Amino acid sequence: MLKIWSMKKNEETAAKKKPKVSAAQIRLQKDLTELEEFKTMTTEFPDPADLLHFNLIITPDEGFYKGGKFLFSFVITSNYPHEPPKVKCTQKIYHPNVDTEGNVCLNILREDWKPVLNLNAVLVGLQFLFLEPNAEDPLNKEAAEELRRDRDVFAKNAALSMRGGTIRGQTYERVLPS
Amino acid sequence: MGDISLPAPLPPPTWPNRFQHVDTLLDHPGPSTDPDFVGGEAVKRFLREDSKVLVIGAGGLGCEILTNLALMGFADIHVIDMDTIDISNLNRQFLFRPKDVGKPKAIIAAEFVMSRVPGTKVTPYFGKIQDKPESYYMQFNLVICGLDSVEARRWMNATLVAMVDPDVPESLKPMIDGGTEGFKGQARVILPSITSCYECSLDMLNKQTVFPICTIANTPRLPEHCIEWASVLEWPKVFPDKKLDTDDPEHIQWLFTHASTRAREFKIEGVTWSLTQGVVKNIIPAIASTNAVIAASCCTEAFKLMTNCAPRLDNYFMLIGTEGVYSYTFQHERRPECPVCGGETIDMPVKKEWTLERLIEALEERQDIQAKKPSLSVNGRSLYLQAPPQLERATRPNLEKKLVDLVNDGDELTVTAGSLPFNLTLRVLLKD
Ligand SMILES: [Zn+2]
Repeated sequence: MLKIWSMKKNEETAAKKKPKVSAAQIRLQKDLTELEEFKTMTTEFPDPADLLHFNLIITPDEGFYKGGKFLFSFVITSNYPHEPPKVKCTQKIYHPNVDTEGNVCLNILREDWKPVLNLNAVLVGLQFLFLEPNAEDPLNKEAAEELRRDRDVFAKNAALSMRGGTIRGQTYERVLPS
Repeated sequence: MGDISLPAPLPPPTWPNRFQHVDTLLDHPGPSTDPDFVGGEAVKRFLREDSKVLVIGAGGLGCEILTNLALMGFADIHVIDMDTIDISNLNRQFLFRPKDVGKPKAIIAAEFVMSRVPGTKVTPYFGKIQDKPESYYMQFNLVICGLDSVEARRWMNATLVAMVDPDVPESLKPMIDGGTEGFKGQARVILPSITSCYECSLDMLNKQTVFPICTIANTPRLPEHCIEWASVLEWPKVFPDKKLDTDDPEHIQWLFTHASTRAREFKIEGVTWSLTQGVVKNIIPAIASTNAVIAASCCTEAFKLMTNCAPRLDNYFMLIGTEGVYSYTFQHERRPECPVCGGETIDMPVKKEWTLERLIEALEERQDIQAKKPSLSVNGRSLYLQAPPQLERATRPNLEKKLVDLVNDGDELTVTAGSLPFNLTLRVLLKD
């Protein structure tokens, strides 16, 4: 038998009740409390006792989306960080990399996620999408097309969409603070 | 679901010289046998009468593991599996027959092994590993995992690591983990708190294939792209309030129909019902022969650990049969920052009357810890979080509360801090 066991079996071995905190919870506590402070991003917990569900508010201070207020929902599963956080945009916005259902095309949220990445990396990635929307990975094809063809027209469309305007038959949600 | 009582095991061995070959290993030490090994009746009796092993999973690997264990003389085997037998399992899970389709894997596997191998007792549990408390796991000498789920392995690993009590040697339960993917596989021996654990190697895992969402949305080229389009984009759009259940054949059928339509649109071939199921359930191709090699490796290690008749695998064996055959055995190292087995547990005597703020100050003052701006929680409940601002505000009132009102004597607090590369477990000992 393994050296560390004694030869006789000890039936009395009591299960010492230890609290069990999952690796996902510990990692999440570490990730959240070590989030950088961003002047353009705030997290918001509908229930501060539940760290697994929260929202992110992005308020870009430059670029096409300056002045807008964009909302994302985050869900952290018990298999974090093996699985990436599930992130959706909760508004209907005009953005080449966000579809009208709120799906977001950001590589580290899917194919390039690794457990060594953390929430900070996701936040930085999302912020970057608003500074530099990417026409190469379109989820909203019309928006991507417009961005590629004419940045000025795209800028006007983005501004219009943020006021709740309609572009090519799609009405977008007003994201300007009232 | 639940514990099932099966007929008593068949009467003890009627096979003459049944263990003749195995006994040569147990009667006398070999050249590499541990000096503490004592051959003879005691070790045989321990293996065949007293030892108790738990097998997790009664699928492709599990069927092989149960068979090997029974034939090597393990007498008291328990098996847990939450699945029922599907017709697609019959090609490699040889303990099951067509008449068993729909029945629980654990129960059928247990019945089969008991009816075939005299003297072996197999106790099945049809349910989830998470149903069982620590006291259940405490009864086994070791645990063998033949699972296809990362999440279940993480849970089992964390449970076994948490069970280790330095004062009780028997609380250390080796975990032998097997896994296969096509012609590739691995077997490893985890000695919780001694060797690297499953969580330590999480970032070594083969990544499951995930496609960029924009490819799925716009430029599908593969049948898998069409299936993911149906499951990731279409399902939530059409059924915003209904969660996709990958075990529900009707849901799979819906995905298959929609994926097929999309495939026709983009002139892509190869969307089938079984591929649809495979993609959404992330079914890893399982090859019977790879399962056999890996299960055998796991059982050999179980035998060696249990009897001490030969040195154990230390600690990671990899088999790669995709090009020729290549195998590699190495010692995977513990990660000091591992959230499961890394970090440290320290005892901290504190006065009941102390406030949480006082505890945090005391923690920051300790030179041996160097925790700057620590955040603390207990059993998943936040006590004080330094950030983000909303959580800091929500937990700030706790700073002024007395420890006696926030925690119990002996509670283990999870401490994280930017200055700590790992997490720290703080056992608070309340004193008057
Ligand atoms: Zn570990």
